[in-house]
Amino acid sequence: MHYISNTEEDKRQMLEAIGVASFDALIAKIPKKLRDFKLRLPEGLSELELVRELDAIGAANKNLQDYASYLGGGVYDHYVPALVNHLAHRGEFITSYTPYQGEASQGTLQFIYEYQSMICELTGMDYSNASMYDGASGLAEAALLALRSTGKKKVILPRTVHPEYRAVVKTYLSCLDAEIVEPPFVDGAVDLAALKRALTADTAAVVVQQPNFFGVLEEAREIARLTHEAGALFIASVNPISLGILEPPGDYGADIAVGEGQPLGNPISFGGPHFGFFTVKEPFLRKLPGRICGMTVDKVGRRAFVLTLQAREQHIRREKATSNICTNHSLCALKGAIYLSLLGKKGLRKLALLNVEKAHEAYEKLRRLDGVSEFSKKPFFNEFTLQLKKNPASLKENLAANRIVGPLALSGFYTGMDGRYLFAVTEKRTTQEAERLAQAIQKAKAL
Amino acid sequence: MSDLIFEKTSRNDAGWLPALSHSEEEILKFLPASALRRSEAHLPSVSELDVVRHFTNLSRKNFSVDSQFYPLGSCTMKYNPKVLDAIAAADAFSQTHPYQDPQDAQGALRILFETQTLLSEITGMEEFTLQPAAGAHGELCGLLIVGAYHRYKKEKKTKVMIPDSAHGTNPATAALCGYEVVQVKTDARGHVELRDLKAKIDKEVACFMLTNPSTLGLFEEEILEVARLVHSVDGLVYYDGANMNALLGHCRPGDMGFDIVHINLHKTFAVPHGSGGPGSGPVGVKKELVKFLPAPRVLKEGSQFIYEKEAPYSIGKLRSFYGNFGAIIRSYAYIRALGREGLEAVSEHAILNANYLKTKLKDLYEIPFDGYCMHEFVMSAKRQKAKGVKALDIAKRLLDFGIHAPTIYFPLIVEEAMMVEPTETESKATLDEFVKVLQEIQKEIETNPQKVLDAPHTTPVSRIDEVRAAREPNLRYRAK
Repeated sequence: MHYISNTEEDKRQMLEAIGVASFDALIAKIPKKLRDFKLRLPEGLSELELVRELDAIGAANKNLQDYASYLGGGVYDHYVPALVNHLAHRGEFITSYTPYQGEASQGTLQFIYEYQSMICELTGMDYSNASMYDGASGLAEAALLALRSTGKKKVILPRTVHPEYRAVVKTYLSCLDAEIVEPPFVDGAVDLAALKRALTADTAAVVVQQPNFFGVLEEAREIARLTHEAGALFIASVNPISLGILEPPGDYGADIAVGEGQPLGNPISFGGPHFGFFTVKEPFLRKLPGRICGMTVDKVGRRAFVLTLQAREQHIRREKATSNICTNHSLCALKGAIYLSLLGKKGLRKLALLNVEKAHEAYEKLRRLDGVSEFSKKPFFNEFTLQLKKNPASLKENLAANRIVGPLALSGFYTGMDGRYLFAVTEKRTTQEAERLAQAIQKAKAL
Repeated sequence: MSDLIFEKTSRNDAGWLPALSHSEEEILKFLPASALRRSEAHLPSVSELDVVRHFTNLSRKNFSVDSQFYPLGSCTMKYNPKVLDAIAAADAFSQTHPYQDPQDAQGALRILFETQTLLSEITGMEEFTLQPAAGAHGELCGLLIVGAYHRYKKEKKTKVMIPDSAHGTNPATAALCGYEVVQVKTDARGHVELRDLKAKIDKEVACFMLTNPSTLGLFEEEILEVARLVHSVDGLVYYDGANMNALLGHCRPGDMGFDIVHINLHKTFAVPHGSGGPGSGPVGVKKELVKFLPAPRVLKEGSQFIYEKEAPYSIGKLRSFYGNFGAIIRSYAYIRALGREGLEAVSEHAILNANYLKTKLKDLYEIPFDGYCMHEFVMSAKRQKAKGVKALDIAKRLLDFGIHAPTIYFPLIVEEAMMVEPTETESKATLDEFVKVLQEIQKEIETNPQKVLDAPHTTPVSRIDEVRAAREPNLRYRAK
């Protein structure tokens, strides 16, 4: 199959107009030895055959429509209202380019401006960019900003931060003269004593994930205070849904706040594409990476939107740019903006409360089971860690038999974490599902 | 009608959420008061219908491939088949979690593995990673691999060479990875100037980043010699895949001597541009670089697809999880639908369309470099500028005729550059219409230039005050 619009007669006329006898004449400058091959690819397919083929491949996935998911760890099974995709998938959004031609892209530019506004409201921060690739690379860019901005060398990245995020920060900083220190945790939260010891005069930034990878709420305000006392910047990586009820990072002293936007109206989609949000306090506005949209006027004074502050960016500054990022995840950010519009003020709070309610209901049910022990005494939002028996026999089979996916085994991320599991509970989970989960765990002799 | 959604009010009860089973007070007992939000987030407050109207009306203010010809050079704004959107949105793929047991996600892993294999074949490389989220992210991946390779060989390298026609991400990425940028000149024929390359190359050179066809739309005829020169100082040759749409099935970067390539799935392989993203920028490498690829890769063991367990030389992770899966699956399905013949036809018609347009426009515009072009070409509005009308003005006037502007002022080495890429999916009839419109604009330049200078006239807004936007930044709505 192909999607060519020229007919054979068009092609003949075009070659004639160009003045060549065949297509080969147009590429005659490609050295012959480079052209001497045929791609070895499967035969092309019609649309009907293609859909059948992909259906067959997809059948080898257990998808979360058929299972109750307690899997989280960075991407979450939230309900996405039908309207989100209906609007975001309009051809005018999905098939337009970056809004460099402002007059032909007011739709995109306005939704970016509105997105930036909503993200600022949510986080309590001063400014947001138009979005990043994801939460992890956004956190890495935040660390770069802090290093550049302070001229210092050390980034404190506690072990309670998502292990994949820490790995990405390490990759991004690997060719700089930077040091990463990873304080341990006590009772599921950053060990404040270890953090204080690490906080020296050469510290550029302290990172805190709130809630952290174990689901636990960190003492963010206290850490912010310690960080600023040491003259470093405070970077918070936050769950956007939690901000319906939890204090926003702008209020507890974050200089930079970032996070994964997937919970805001984006499907799990095997981990991407999603979007990272990136916000700063006023002093760091001109150090923001990536695109920013601003409101201005047109020639006759009408409200208009345009990409702005581009002197930071690679297409103008080239090797002196604040980042090499050249894109944002607009369509994913659009889904976020539509989702937040549908939620509204009241809905955001209600959604956060639902998550707290469902998560604590499941926690109580599981905690009551014999042999389940707690991992941390600290409060949590919609994710929590519990200690089951080490290497629980037949846990996976029993969960599958009860049509449950998850929880996440932490032994895959940390040594010495056998039997510890991370449970994510969103508004989608029901009381009946929590009971099924408890039964499956009990039956698995996981205790 | 450009009211912000914040400026509208109607009833919003978020009725799509289920009811709470407990009172707020009971739920709040689970959280310490000190951790709670004290002031409300000022989100919009509107009904579902108002949300529908707001975003529908916004969408109508956009140009898009679905509604207009979009000859934006270097961006490959081709038609992206709708069946790919449907496949990506299917529950089997969009509702699969990256932390599911690989046994329960064999379909997703198979897509990743087979895409790695298909891209390797198409580009002539040994192995691919699908982690990078965009072209610039792929460049970062590529240069980190360059660094890892030279560290492994205990060679100290400090420079990255790029042509003076390169995209801004190339030098920005080189700087991010700690390299000094050395620019190589373009010769009178539009190619890398070999003399300048020879004069500047030395043992400190880690890498030469290059697109082929170049940003001028021309095939680098001396590519084999360029690669030989770079390899002679143990530098690596990096392929920026921005222009891969010209080569499918006709030649391969791997055979040209490139060691590392990134491919923009959102250009060549039918991932829609989505108002600026998400895209995907997979990176392929030659055999001796495979061990440096980001971890984990997806491998096949017997009939099972698995994650690579150990990767001691890997540059690490570039993002969470395994890449922009929802984009990757579109490209996978696209390659499966087209097969070899379909892919060959893509580049054939992309090149045919570009050369046809160039022929038709050569009397109207100055074409700074002779010869047949590949999938795009650069023309200059120098003659028009002499009459007081710049490339920017022509770009804006095109919008009035329902045609998106070409890329303008890039590459930087061509004065009043207009870069035109028609893509393979456009018909001769559309191209003829484009030519007719440019002829009409030319008449206006001769007889009524003010009409062009004042353009656009029919878009939702006229020319935008960018200076004010930058001087008095208004970057968010603030509730009164």
